[in-house]
Order: sequence, then structure tokens, then C-alpha cells
Amino acid sequence: MPSKRLVIVDPNKCVGCQLCVLACSQRFGVAGFNKSAIAVRSAGGIERGFVVIVCRACEDPPCARACPVDALIKRRGGGVILNPSKCIGCGMCVEACDIGAVLWDNEWMKPTICTHCGYCVEHCPHGVLALEEVGNDG
Amino acid sequence: MAEPDTSYWVSTLSRVLYIDLTKKIFWVENREDLFSKWLGGIGVATQLYKEEVPKDADPLSPQNVVIFAIGPFTATFPFGSKTVAVFKSPLNGYFAESHAGGRSAAAMRAAGYGAIVIRGASDRPIYLVIDEEKVRFRDAAILWGMRSIVTVGRILREVTPNPGRRAIMRIGRAGEQLVRYANVTTETFRHFGRMGLGAVFGSKKLKAVVITGNKGYKVPHIAEYRKVYREILDLATKSELMKKYHDLGTPANIIPLNKIGALPTKNFSSGSFEQAEEISGEKIAETMLARRVACAACPTACIHIAALREEYEDEKYFYKIDFLSYDYELIYALGTNLGIGDREGLLKLIRAVEVEGLDAISTGVVLAWATEAYEKGLVSKEDTIVELRWGDWESYIKAVHYIVSQPNEFYKHLAMGVEEAARKYGGEDFAIAFNKVEPAGYHTGPLYVIGLITGSRHSHLDAGGYSMDQKILKAGKEIPPPEKAMEMVAEEEAWRQILASLVICYFARGIYKPPLVAKALRSLGYGMTEEDIVKLGKRIYCEKQAIKIREGYDPSKVRIPKRITETPTPLGKIDEEYVRKAVSRVRDVIIKFLGE
Repeated sequence: MPSKRLVIVDPNKCVGCQLCVLACSQRFGVAGFNKSAIAVRSAGGIERGFVVIVCRACEDPPCARACPVDALIKRRGGGVILNPSKCIGCGMCVEACDIGAVLWDNEWMKPTICTHCGYCVEHCPHGVLALEEVGNDG
Repeated sequence: MAEPDTSYWVSTLSRVLYIDLTKKIFWVENREDLFSKWLGGIGVATQLYKEEVPKDADPLSPQNVVIFAIGPFTATFPFGSKTVAVFKSPLNGYFAESHAGGRSAAAMRAAGYGAIVIRGASDRPIYLVIDEEKVRFRDAAILWGMRSIVTVGRILREVTPNPGRRAIMRIGRAGEQLVRYANVTTETFRHFGRMGLGAVFGSKKLKAVVITGNKGYKVPHIAEYRKVYREILDLATKSELMKKYHDLGTPANIIPLNKIGALPTKNFSSGSFEQAEEISGEKIAETMLARRVACAACPTACIHIAALREEYEDEKYFYKIDFLSYDYELIYALGTNLGIGDREGLLKLIRAVEVEGLDAISTGVVLAWATEAYEKGLVSKEDTIVELRWGDWESYIKAVHYIVSQPNEFYKHLAMGVEEAARKYGGEDFAIAFNKVEPAGYHTGPLYVIGLITGSRHSHLDAGGYSMDQKILKAGKEIPPPEKAMEMVAEEEAWRQILASLVICYFARGIYKPPLVAKALRSLGYGMTEEDIVKLGKRIYCEKQAIKIREGYDPSKVRIPKRITETPTPLGKIDEEYVRKAVSRVRDVIIKFLGE
């Protein structure tokens, strides 16, 4: 089966409802915003529209390179998978991601990593997000 | 499925944050007692109000409090987007309630509070920054007196943390100057609009409240929760229920209401406006709509934002673009009711009202009365300073700023609301207010008026009487006898108490019917049946009515402006006797509800 990755189709269509954020938190059985690997915020005031931050599924992810304990393993199709039992909660991965797509879970003191599962895509009412197939060459 | 256990979800909500502005201290109390009995939102806020506010308290004194409350559905289900504010209204001196969305409710939930109670008054301008652990009292001297509420928001955005999970509630100069119908704006485009919360903030020298947090809550029955969540989302996006709000937003109502003659025009002297087409939802969308945005957890995105592009007069090829949200009520109050059919003029007037932090409905009704009072010679140019003429938006913009700066006696009175202004200058027959509150824009028939008089917050959304009137019209039915009309209005308002306790946006009332509410509550562990829920709504209705009666409110003595009974509605002229007969039955309804 080919790998998939989450992509943003058109951020201009985002209305800022954050249903993707709620959906992402639901993966962990949580109602709220704190377990989400997606961030939505205004682009400097709601009148300017929204910024939607998702993991870009890097081929050579800086977050993985920054991890001192190899808790982030490269994922087939790009991005990383978190091994929580290795993670010491140092936060280096958060620093390493220039687009801010490694979010932080204050409760577990570990990063929230996008698994590119596409659950958020099903919850976006406005077609901002999509799941895209990644070829063998990534 | 597991046995219901209400206590768990209640425990996620029951932390109440108390803030004393006089002493600049704060503390948290566990109020499981309230959240287990009254759900949340208005149910809980009503009880907190009872505990906090003495019946003779002056609304603009430190004795008044500001209560914000959310409920079990906040940031948990789609449309769980609203915060309920409760306070004593400086407009009429009674218990008052106002709802707003934006990120306010989600931010409170993330900060971990089910309610916030703000007591006392500060001696100098301050703003509050609230998070999961603490409250910071910060100096607002720099922000106080700032011309635009939009700038205040921009500055607070830059100096407070956690974008995207944050609410920034603030007042404009109208609130600082204690205009009795000043509002509180949150996230630039949403408002605690009605009943003067902004003036209460102003009287406490409270410029803004910033709320932020990162909390989420483990759901007890995750599979069932996800299923109900999905069902609601599908109803919202795949059925016709929310289509009107999604496509054109509330301004979709302009043309149909104009067609049936229920669109208040030029101070309610007519139900139709010859230029309605020009300022209709369709026309604004076609020519100026720039963006649609949503409150947190809302798939509908009813907030419609227009782009106003203006060239500088003195500098060719220099433009500024302002983004302004427009809704049905603004188009009525600042458009049709003032005879303004110029789209750009209307938007410029909306901008003036927004920037000052005024309630658009009250401002429009006050200016409409002033226009007529000037026309009839009750007041002179010396009073009004500018020529107030139907359609003259440029003069109205100046008048809006005068309402805030209050350069003379006349504008001081306008700042107190239409009732006070008419008491001083005359023209009560055309001073449109019920219980001193200027009404929303529907001249549909008697059920609407009954709802305005008896509704606990005198809002069109208390019971939606305008919609009942239109249903009667559409079905070609007779108006029900007054007792029956009163009951219909009260039953609907009682049910809406549940929506306001959960707290769900009233626009989603077509989705959140009793069976669905019971099912959704069950997935969070609540063991309430449909019957329990309906009964609780009635209890809350009675609690609110009782508070107001204690404060001196008497529905049978409410002034009914003559204009309302003279201008025909689609259901004919409103018969004052009929309305009086209906509203005199409120006490009977309360007794009936309490007996059930």
C-alpha cells in the first residue's frame, strides 16, 4: 500500500473553526485542543485569515536529527513516528521544526506528532486539508 | 454501555475562578454543587448571580458582578462555541444575559474553568490575563481612551501568549464612558452585544480580559462520543439545517422580511424599505464579501466579513482596506431603520459603531428616535449638533462618536438609551423599547412582542417569537388566544435554557433537539433522560423570572410604544389588549412549570 501524507489544499478556505484540532485530540480519547498535532491560528488578526500548521512529512526530518535519544524514527512516506518510551521530554524536536509543526503536550510532557492518518481531513467542512499519496521516491 | 456517572464530567467543569478587582486577588472554588444540578452556562450563572448581586445593587457600582459561564458541551461538540455572560444591566437595572462566541468558550474550557466571577472595581484601568494557574492584573493605562477597539485587540494579541487558544475580550471607549449599551468585543468580530456589559466593564475600570489555556479532557465513553459527534457534524454539513447561516449568513433574512413587510424601517414607521435590495445579504456578498470565519468548534462559519476599500481623498492611488463583519441585525439597525440604502455608507457607519464598542441594535434605535424627534421639533440643531436625516450616514457617524464623547445634555441622554432620552425630551410614542431595551429587527406580529416583554433578556432569541409569527403567517392560521400564545413563547424559551446551559449556539437549535441532547450527554456520562432535561429548562426559566421579579420587573406594567401597535405587521396591527392579556399570564406559567 502506498504511503500517504497530510497536505494543505488551500489555507484561504480555512474559517478557523478548529474542528481539525478537536478531531486530532479525539485520537487520544480527549475532548479539547491539547492533544492535537495541528495548529490553527489567525494570521495576525482574524480579518487576515488563518495559518494552518501541519507536519510537512519531511524526507530528512530535522526533528528526528535533533532527538538525542532516537525517540523519533523516520516514517515511510516522510515525517516521523514517536516512540514514547524512549522520549525524555527534552523538547529539542520542537525547537528543530522551523514551521512549528511539532507541538507540545503539556500534560504528558512529550511532543505531539502527526501520524498522517487523515482523521482531521474527514472533519474539515471546507476542504482545507487532504491526504495525498506519496510515491516511492518520497 | 457503562453505567452513567455524571460526577466525572462535572468535575472537569466545576472549578469556578473568583476575581476581586478591588483587592486584586483571585481564588478557585469547586462548585460541583452547582454544575451537577444546573448543568452549566445560564443554569449555573443564574445561581451565581443570586449569590453575588444584592437586589438593589447599582449596576455601575462595585456591587455588580460579571459572570462568564460555559457548559458540558463547550469545545466538546460542534456548536459548543458560546460563553454566557450574566450581570445586572445598566440599561434597565435587571438581571441580564448576553452570549458571545469567538474563542471565548473554548479558551475558558482550555484554561480549566466552568465559570469566572469578577467582583468589585479597580481604582485604575487594568486588564486581566487568565491562564490555567493564575490571574495577572496588568496596567491598562496605555490602552484606556484608545480610539479604536481594533487597535486594542491588536496590541493585546502581541503582548499575551498562546495564539489560537486564546480569547481577547475588550471594551471600546463607549464602555469607558459608561454608555449604557456599550458592548464587549471578542476576537474582533463577536460581541457580548446586548444589555450593556461594556459599561459594567467600564465602571470596574476593566479594559480587557484575556483567557488562555491548554487543557483537554478524557471522554468517558469515547466510541459513543465519537459517534454522536459525527452525527452532529453530518447534520451540520450534509443537511439543509444550517445552510442559510452558511451561505449568506443572517443577512439572508433581509429580502424575505422586507417582502412580507416585517423589516423595521425608519424607526418602525414601516415594515418595508424601498432600498432593501441594495443592502441585502445577496448584494453585499456579491460586491464586498471577503471572508467567512467561524467560532471555535463551529462548522457553519456564519460570520461574514466585507472588505471596504477606500481611496484617500488627498492622495491618489493610496487605499485602505477595512474588514467589517455584517449581520442581519446591523443591516436593520444601522441600515433600514435609519433609511440608509447606500451600501458603503452603511459599512462605514458599522465601522464607527464597532470601533467605539457600541451595541449596534441599541445605537440604531436610539439614532432613529433622535432623527424623528429632530424632524418633529422636539429637539433642535443645538441639541443634535449635526443634521439628523434619514439616509444621511455621514451625520450618523458623527452622532455615533457624540454618543460616546457626550458633548452636551442631549447626547448624555442618548447614551442612557432611548427610554431615558424620550423621558427627557418627549416622543415616547415612537421611542422603541421594551423594558428599556431597544429591540432587534422584526416587526412580524404579536408573539414577537410577547417574547420581548417576557423574555428574560428581552432578546429576539429568547423565544424566537418572530419565527412563530412567520409560521402562523405561512400556514394562514389564526393568531392563538393570548393564554396559548404566552405558553408557546414560554415553552420555547424554557427549552432554550438548556441550549444556553450546555452551552450551544442558538443557531444550531434545529440540530440540538431533546433526544440528541440526551444522547450526547450520555456519552459524557450524564444519566439524564429527555424528560429530566426538559424539566430542568423550565426550572431555569422560573429561576430567572423570579430574580427579575424580585428586582422589580413587572411584565404587566411594561410600556408598549404606540408606534408598534400603529404600524401594521404581516399579521395585521398588533392589538395592545391582546399583548397585555398574554403577558399578564407569566406568573401562571411559572406556577404551571414549577408544578410539573
